[in-house]
Amino acid sequence: MRNLPVKGPLLFLIMVFVPFFLSIFYVNLLTEIFILGVFALSLNILVGQTGMVSLGHAAFFGAGAYAAGLAAIHVSTNTFLSIAAGLLAAFLLAVIIGLFSTKANGFYFLMLTLACSQIVYSIIYQWRTVTGGSNGLTGIAPIDLGANIVLSNQVWVYYFILVVFTIVLFLINRFLHSPLGSVLIGIRENEERMKSIGYNTALYKNISFIIAGTLGGLSGSLYVIFNGFISPAEVYWTASGSVLIMVLIGGAGTLWGPVIGAAFIVILETLISSYMENWMMIIGAVFIIFVIFAPDGMVGIFNALKKFFVQPKKLEVDADEPIIKPIKQETKMDG
Amino acid sequence: MSTLLLQLINGFSYGFLLFIITCGITIVFGILGVLNLAHGSFYLLGSYLGYSLIMKAGLPFWAALAAVPLIIAVLGYMLETIILRPTYKLGHLSQVLLTFGLAYIFHDLFAILWGKNMLVVDPPPALNMSIQLAGYSVPAYRIALIVIGLAIAIFLWFFQEKTKWGAVIRAGLSDKEMAAGLGVNIHLVFTFVFVLGSLFAGVGGVIGSPILGAFPGMEFQILILSLVVLVVGGLGSVSGTLIASLLVGFVETFSRYLVPELSLIITFALMAVVLVVRPQGLIGRRV
Repeated sequence: MRNLPVKGPLLFLIMVFVPFFLSIFYVNLLTEIFILGVFALSLNILVGQTGMVSLGHAAFFGAGAYAAGLAAIHVSTNTFLSIAAGLLAAFLLAVIIGLFSTKANGFYFLMLTLACSQIVYSIIYQWRTVTGGSNGLTGIAPIDLGANIVLSNQVWVYYFILVVFTIVLFLINRFLHSPLGSVLIGIRENEERMKSIGYNTALYKNISFIIAGTLGGLSGSLYVIFNGFISPAEVYWTASGSVLIMVLIGGAGTLWGPVIGAAFIVILETLISSYMENWMMIIGAVFIIFVIFAPDGMVGIFNALKKFFVQPKKLEVDADEPIIKPIKQETKMDG
Repeated sequence: MSTLLLQLINGFSYGFLLFIITCGITIVFGILGVLNLAHGSFYLLGSYLGYSLIMKAGLPFWAALAAVPLIIAVLGYMLETIILRPTYKLGHLSQVLLTFGLAYIFHDLFAILWGKNMLVVDPPPALNMSIQLAGYSVPAYRIALIVIGLAIAIFLWFFQEKTKWGAVIRAGLSDKEMAAGLGVNIHLVFTFVFVLGSLFAGVGGVIGSPILGAFPGMEFQILILSLVVLVVGGLGSVSGTLIASLLVGFVETFSRYLVPELSLIITFALMAVVLVVRPQGLIGRRV
């Protein structure tokens, strides 16, 4: 990652200038991509890095979004406060769910997270007096940074979320290469061996779960700030499914994969839904094609192409590549 | 007393319905190692096809009950041979994700073909009445459901424990590689088991539709309930699945009757408790 310090700020600058060239529609689209990118990045910590495939990540998104929305409505319109509320709610939820679900392995983990997220969904759905039930939560104030700075313009919202997204991306990049990140990769590759080396893998799995859940809550609170609205549909397990699809289509275990996957799904959804309402079908088909023909996702395709075209400089390219290879799926999923 | 008896019957019939739906996903997961996330879609397709045959085409209920599972079984055969078989080398997780993608596709196909309204199928005329039981009137269809479920349970138990094919399946359950090494064509067993699972999903779809109806998104509810039963019961035994189905059926029915707001939560809490206390299920081998 030697050249990242150049590429990253350049990309950031391009994104800063985007609103000067594109219409508000595309700016909103980009904002949504950033928010769901954070969501996908958070799931990637679990799926890509620790090798625990969760099908209930929308619970944290929902907890963060509802907590942030409720804080904005009832307590204060200050955005930092609502984000803090969202993070706290998602953190607490992740602690509780993590205690149960990280005890299970493989498909049992998948089922347990699914069940827990459905519990969260039904709580949100049935607790009408607080969450508004199926009508959702409306009337959430625009971004208020305190000291009378209110960002009601969509472009300012874009900038705010761009900054948060950049910080998250930077932190996750550091996290991927941190010692803790390496321990998680070790758990993904061979949990038994990590155990015998002397790592308390249960604890590390819990930590990974909590980090992922809290970040998911962050993306939920960003979403509710951007949208001004949240409904139980965002907490349903199809939402968990689509974020899993984003991670896997983009490339699990890589830094940019989840973001690319989120961008791909959001753009595809926008494109298809302007022609027909059955976008789930198309996404399902695209997903199947990816699972069969490109299990490493778009980043995998990109890397293969890079290797193909930059054959002579192979050694250098390999040295630049992070140690993180896409998830090996056979290890823990043998039912 | 009357409501208690009625809820008891409801719990029993719901439990047996769950058993019919779930035995497919359990046996497929046990042998193929693939958690078929499209199982709920198979169930719902059975319901929708049953609706078309019974309510639209006017066929008698029993004819639909015979025809629809066969259609679903053929579909299951096609899916296993076309999509699952070439992908065994990708690993189980990829295959589960494949079935997940299939569930997405089915979801929209159903919306296109059958619309978004709730469809209700009439029970067969012979059973569309009440039976006097201990002085209380009980819907006959519920009793029939219990009888059918019991018959299927006995058939499956007999099949798995007493026949040669059942022995092969049990061998596959406990060690696929060893079974293959001993000359069992394990891929044929995989296909057969998947077809059998689809068949039972179809049966469940038809006989469940007069009670549960059919509506978009239902496949996910059914799938999640099946997963709960799968976890509670454990893998690889008919009796475990049966007990778990009845337990979940009772818990769901009674919690819906007593504390309707918390019914879903109670069901999932049951699953969470079982997973933490006995990860291998109430009856089942350790995985």
